[in-house]
Amino acid sequence: MAFKQITSPHAHAAQSTSKVMQLVIWATIPGLIALTVHFGWGSLINVILATITSVIAEAVIIKLRNRPVDFYLQDYSAVVTAVLLGLALPPLVAWWVVVIGSLFSIVVAKQLYGGLGYNPFNPAMVGYVVLLISFPIQMTTWVTPLALLPEAVSHPGLLESLQIVFAGVSPADGVTGATPLDSFKYADGLLVDQIYAQDPLFSQAGIAGVGWEWVNIGFLLGGLILLGSKTFTWHGPIAMLATIALMSALFWDGGSSNSPGSPLMHLFSGASMMGAFFIMTDPVSSAVSNRGRLIYGALIGLLVYVIRAWGTYPDAVAFAVLLANFAAPFIDNYSLPRTYGHTDRRRATEKEEG
Amino acid sequence: MSDITAAEVAKNGLWTNNPALVQLLGLCPLLAVTGTLVNALGLGIATLAVLIGSNTIVSLIRNHVSDAVRLPAFVIIIAAFVTCAELLMKAYTYELYQILGIFIPLIVTNCAILGRAEAFASKQSVGMAAFDGLMMGLGFLAVLVALGGIRELLGQGTILADMQLLFGAGAADWVIRPFGDNYSFLVIILPPGAFLVTGFLIAIKNAIDDANKRRADAQREAPVKGAKRIRTTGHIS
Repeated sequence: MAFKQITSPHAHAAQSTSKVMQLVIWATIPGLIALTVHFGWGSLINVILATITSVIAEAVIIKLRNRPVDFYLQDYSAVVTAVLLGLALPPLVAWWVVVIGSLFSIVVAKQLYGGLGYNPFNPAMVGYVVLLISFPIQMTTWVTPLALLPEAVSHPGLLESLQIVFAGVSPADGVTGATPLDSFKYADGLLVDQIYAQDPLFSQAGIAGVGWEWVNIGFLLGGLILLGSKTFTWHGPIAMLATIALMSALFWDGGSSNSPGSPLMHLFSGASMMGAFFIMTDPVSSAVSNRGRLIYGALIGLLVYVIRAWGTYPDAVAFAVLLANFAAPFIDNYSLPRTYGHTDRRRATEKEEG
Repeated sequence: MSDITAAEVAKNGLWTNNPALVQLLGLCPLLAVTGTLVNALGLGIATLAVLIGSNTIVSLIRNHVSDAVRLPAFVIIIAAFVTCAELLMKAYTYELYQILGIFIPLIVTNCAILGRAEAFASKQSVGMAAFDGLMMGLGFLAVLVALGGIRELLGQGTILADMQLLFGAGAADWVIRPFGDNYSFLVIILPPGAFLVTGFLIAIKNAIDDANKRRADAQREAPVKGAKRIRTTGHIS
C-alpha cells in the first residue's frame, strides 16, 4: 500500500484558499443586493460580465504559463477580483469598460507578476484605476438612486439594461446622475446645511446619502460576517474607518462652506465600507502582522480622507489602497512581531549580531 | 583593439546590446516623448545624428586626450552636437522642436551616448566608431518608433498622425484612424502606458531570445547514434 507524501504543516485548517474566497464572494451579497435595489440591474450585469471575462483570461494565461488550469481556477481568486471590480464600477457602464478593466486586473496586475500570492497590488483596484484615468466620462456617470428618480421614470429593466450595456442605447433622461461625494465636492460656496437642504441626495437621506448609505450598510454587514468567521482580523478595517472618522471629525469645522463633510457622510458614502472590509483586507497585498495592519489601515484611511477633502477626485479608496500597497513591505519591515522566546522586536532587515 | 567585426557591431547595436531594451539607457526621453510616432521619430533621428557625430569625434581624439579629463571632453563634444541638432530642428522642424521642448537639449544627458563614447568609441578606429554610432542609434530609434507607434495606435487610435511636423505639409493626410474618430485610451498615452509598453517590448525580446537559445540547445544536444549511457541513479523526473 502506497502512502501519499504530504509535506508539513500537517494540521488541518478549516479554511482553504478556495473556501475563504467563496466566503468573500457570498459576503458581498448584501452589498450587491443594496446596489441592485437602489441603482438597478447594472451592478449585477457588471459582476457577471467581469466574472466571465476574468475567469477566461485567467484560464488562458495559466495555460500559456504551463500551469494546471483546473487547480488555479478552483481557488476562486479570479472570481473575487472580478466581483469586487464589478461592484466598484458604475452600474450600466458600457461592456467594453468592464472587459478592459477585468483583463487589466487579471493579466497585468495579477498574472504578469506571477499569479495569486505574488501580486504586490490589489488587482481589482489596479483595473479600477486604469479605467478611471483612461475613461473619466464613463467612470464618473453614476445611476440616480431609486428614491430620487424623476416622475414617470424608472430604472431600466433587465432587458433594457442589457441593451444599454451591450448595444450602447442611451438610458432615459434622469437615470444617470452624480454620487453624494461628487455632489458635495462640487457644491462650492455653500454651507453644509445649505447643501443638505438643496440637494435631494442628502435632504432625503437617513444618515449619509440616498441609496449609498444602504450600499455601505450592506458591505458593513458582509464585512462583519467575514470578521465573525475570522477571515481577517479587525485591525485593518477598524484602523481605516477610525482614521476616516477621526480626520473628518477634526476637520469638520462646524459645517462651513469649506468643510469637507461630516464623519457620518465619509463613513457611509462612496466605497468606504467596501474598501475597509473587502478591498484593503486582501491578504496578498496588505501588511501581515496585526501591528502592521493597524498602520496599513490607518494609512489608507488617512489617504482616503486627504484625497477626498483636498484632492481632485471625489472618492479615493482605489488610489489610497494602491499607495498603501506600495508601503506594505516597508510597514512589514518595521512592524515585525516579537518572536516567542525573544525579548525584543526585531526589524526584518536587522543584521545578526556576531 | 579592433578585434570586433562590423557584423558584430551591427548585431550588438540593433539586438543583443540594444541601448533601450537591454542596457535600458536613455529611458527618460524614451518614456517621455513616445506618445506619438512623429515625436518618437523626431527625437530618435536627433539622437542618431548626435551619436554618430560624437562617436566619430571621440574616436578621432582618443589618442590626444588624457584619461583624467576624458569624461568632460566627451560631454563637451556631445553637447556641441546636441546644440547643432537643436539648431537644425529649430530651423527646419520648428513645431516639432516646440513639442519636444526640453527633451532635445536633454539628449546630452542620454547615458546611451556617453556610454558608447566611453565603452566603444574611445578604444576603436574612426570608421568602426562611426558605424557603432549608426547601429546603436538605429537600435534606439527602432525602439522609440515601435513604442511611439504602439502607444499612438492604442492610446489615441491613430497611425502616422501629425507627420507634417517632420515631412512637410504634404504628409498631413497620412493619418489613418483604424478605430474611428472617438477612440481614446488615456492610460497608454500617460506615463504608465510608456512603462507598460516598454515592459512588453522587453518581454517580447527576451521571449524571442529564449526561444532561439532553446532551439540552439536542442540542436546541440542531439544524441549521438549508437552511444550507450548507463543510468546509475534513480528516476530523474
